[in-house]
Amino acid sequence: MSTSVKTSVGEPATTPATAPRKRPTRAPARTRSVVRHLALVAFLAVVVAFWALPMLWLVTAPFDAHPGLDVSWPDWTLDNFRKLSENPYAFSSLKNSVYLAGGTMLGVTVLAALAAYSLSRVRIPGRNGILYGLLLLSSIVTGTAAMVPIFQLMFQLNLIDDRSGVVLVLTGGLLPAAIFILKDFMDATPKSYEESARVFGARPTQVLRHVVMPIVRPGLATIAVWALVNVWSDFLTAYILLRDPAKIPAGVVMYTFYSEGGQANLPLISAFSLVYALPVVALYLFVNRRYGFRFHGGIKS
Amino acid sequence: MTVTSRASDPPPAHPPGPPPTRPPTRPSSRPSVDAAGLGRRRAAVLVAPALVLVTAFLVVPAVWTVYLGATDYRLTGIQAANPQFVGLENFREALVDPDFRNSLWLTVLFVLGSAIIGQTVAGFALAWTLRGVPKLVRSGIEMLVLLAWILPSSIVAFLWVAYLSGDGGTLNTLLHTPGTEWLLEHPMASIIVFNTWRGTAFSMLLFSAALGAVPPSQLESARLAGAGTFAQLRDVVLPHIRGHVLTNTLLISLWTFNDFSPYLLTAGGPNHASETLPVFIYNKALYGGQLGYGSAISFIMLVINLVIALFYVRLLRERR
Amino acid sequence: MASIHIEALTKVYPGDVTAIDALDLTVEDGSFFALLGPSGCGKTTLLRTIAGLEAASGGSIGIGDRDVTTLTPGERNVAMVFQDYALFPHMTVTDNIAYPLRIKKVGRSERAAKAADTGEGLGLSALMDRRPGELSGGQQQRVALARAMACNPSVFLLDEPLSNLDARLRLEARTFLKRLQRDLGVTTVFVTHDQSEALAMADQIAVMEAGRIRQLGTPSEIFRRPANTFVANFIGSTPMNMLPGTLAGGSLQVGGLEGVDAVAAGWVGPDAADGDVTVAFRPEYAKVDADGPLVFKGTVDTTESLGASVLVTARTDDGQRVQVVVPEGAEPEVGAVVGVAPASGRVLVYDAEGELLSP
Repeated sequence: MSTSVKTSVGEPATTPATAPRKRPTRAPARTRSVVRHLALVAFLAVVVAFWALPMLWLVTAPFDAHPGLDVSWPDWTLDNFRKLSENPYAFSSLKNSVYLAGGTMLGVTVLAALAAYSLSRVRIPGRNGILYGLLLLSSIVTGTAAMVPIFQLMFQLNLIDDRSGVVLVLTGGLLPAAIFILKDFMDATPKSYEESARVFGARPTQVLRHVVMPIVRPGLATIAVWALVNVWSDFLTAYILLRDPAKIPAGVVMYTFYSEGGQANLPLISAFSLVYALPVVALYLFVNRRYGFRFHGGIKS
Repeated sequence: MTVTSRASDPPPAHPPGPPPTRPPTRPSSRPSVDAAGLGRRRAAVLVAPALVLVTAFLVVPAVWTVYLGATDYRLTGIQAANPQFVGLENFREALVDPDFRNSLWLTVLFVLGSAIIGQTVAGFALAWTLRGVPKLVRSGIEMLVLLAWILPSSIVAFLWVAYLSGDGGTLNTLLHTPGTEWLLEHPMASIIVFNTWRGTAFSMLLFSAALGAVPPSQLESARLAGAGTFAQLRDVVLPHIRGHVLTNTLLISLWTFNDFSPYLLTAGGPNHASETLPVFIYNKALYGGQLGYGSAISFIMLVINLVIALFYVRLLRERR
Repeated sequence: MASIHIEALTKVYPGDVTAIDALDLTVEDGSFFALLGPSGCGKTTLLRTIAGLEAASGGSIGIGDRDVTTLTPGERNVAMVFQDYALFPHMTVTDNIAYPLRIKKVGRSERAAKAADTGEGLGLSALMDRRPGELSGGQQQRVALARAMACNPSVFLLDEPLSNLDARLRLEARTFLKRLQRDLGVTTVFVTHDQSEALAMADQIAVMEAGRIRQLGTPSEIFRRPANTFVANFIGSTPMNMLPGTLAGGSLQVGGLEGVDAVAAGWVGPDAADGDVTVAFRPEYAKVDADGPLVFKGTVDTTESLGASVLVTARTDDGQRVQVVVPEGAEPEVGAVVGVAPASGRVLVYDAEGELLSP
């Protein structure tokens, strides 16, 4: 591989009077780059196939009058969606998902914003300890590691089979990361805006309303979207804490649809998965168009 | 408005040295006021609700595993009504429980195969090859890989159940292996491949960012000196991203260790063949009702998480 | 419009960091006052404490005839312009300027009118509907000033008002600010680390170091008679010549010269103590190859063009560096031996602690 490069590098500085020799390795070099190009294309084709194939079902089966488990050209119909609307649990589960996601989003955004603002602007004793502890806590006490005690806790609090209980648990779990991200964001916002308003006589609530809120809106929006997506996709917490079929969200209903014994109702499942997936995909496309996928040091954002 | 000039008076230079004899008239009584004039007390009030929730749903459960793990509490039976304190009995039982050791081993395989090897290698390979690819192609592929990550877990789980199904699944059609029930015949391999497929996006994005930070001039110097792709990787790229590789691997290992999605694919079966630790805990404690025992295992899991997390934070600190 | 009266002001940060050390200061009503010093000297802390953004640990602050030490910033009737102007990015220029009035609960139309009025006075009429992000640095500064003016405060506080401007804009802005302050007549305190800025704009300057005022005076006083070596080193675009010497019974020994009668020349008082001293004079106040009580012989090391003049650096036999500014064209050759003679009335003598001995 290095031979042709060596000859060109090894060319003496003082060129002889004759014209420079035509490099005999030119043809192979071109072939080599063609081969490399082909290899790249092949690799990318494999990558695309590997990633796309499992997901293709999601775009073919819902529109197929007789969907199978395989990906095949659909027998075009919208009938599956009609069947979906007739299924009582499908719709109620989506409503539950909206309730859980909306509630958690609200809780996380408001509480994290207040906490992040205070931690960013005021020197509370033990501030660094709190932040460090929060971050550590959220990485260690995961949904799976804590599923048993959480179940037990909610059992004692009589909050089993209660959707607000799920909201509380999810909010608590998402808060540390949200606070961390928002505090970072607020630290980067210059304090001079707030100080300026204060010197002009604004009270703290006025400072918050007039100056802070408008400026940190993008940060809040990020957290809100992140919380929303997280809860929409949640499975475990709802699975262990909710019993009543009328209360379970879409993530769990999806699982029950295909894991329940007997023949899987593919028309229903396909239509439902598409509807369930759509909000997240739409949000992702929207965020991607607006901001691009920014990388916040390891947090999906 | 005239300016009163004081040129006539000798400049009253403040002499350096010991402060004047007049003592301060007011001691520091007010708390430190900050940018928005919140004051410490109000700030503490604003932080409190978040802290309450976090304490209730993160700290308390963590501590509770210790307590609960030391009892023989169950959901039903005598132990439900009258749980006994059994000390370290649960831990001792775990150590000899073949199912527990099995799940521990399977989890190691799972993390090793899908995170440490799978996602890291795939993520890096993608980040590296996509560098020189035209923008449209690159965004398209990244979007695809990202989609696998952001779709809800129960959906992707079913997509793979369908994909791997022996009864008409697409994979069998591709590989011309009709009738192979991948999830039943090769459960671990299936969930490892699944998890790699699912999680590569994160590593890909991270490595993309890291590779973007490698100074192109260094790569060009290497290329001019005759280094081929492999040598460039080894001598220029790797030293720059070594820190990122390490922290990334730790992070995704932590996530994979705690991942519950194998449950959605195989529920741990067939016959514990893919029962990673999260699935094991669920099956034993929440399905089987052995909350005390399950708590002890959860505690072990917390400790392992703690170790990994501390490593991660230490590494981050060193890098900064 | 009011004077500022500060007594024994102290500010200590947690960790025992003393930012302001028992400071006494009076700012005359209507004057343009500069707080000048290197980073970390406490000048910005002092400004913020006057504003009320920092709480004093001890001492008192009075504005006009009110003791404002315990008042919140909003109650002190001061206006502050921050280094980054702090214009609210989501509000138009009109809303920004009108903001103080909004807090004072002035009606919408009335404050819009006032804002338009103030804006017009500063040449902002065409920009009233723009957002700060659409303005140039100079325009932003004027909006910030307009906002500060809109509430008719008794004191203006400016934190490094020129440092965010391009170098060429800075000189224009200096003149602009000085004229504005003179027209408005409002007591103004501004913070800067740039000594030329302070000298150009201020009526009075307080040179600060480590939380204390090292000298207080008019620009010409500070320039001509720095009270200590710190101020002497800090002020002036070309560094002051500082030559070590000794004083014995009124007789000065410095730079290879001996037995110079310092008392007769008026450089020290008749009862000046013996000991090590520093003899200082500005390169601008010296001549080459002229007569005088003090002539330092040295070999020319380098010459640097300053435009219309030349900075000549020479080294004496005992290795001391002596600099002198000469008109262009009159500079000696490198390597030539010259005599540098400071004007007698411009020589200053400092004692071993750096304090001015000259009467």
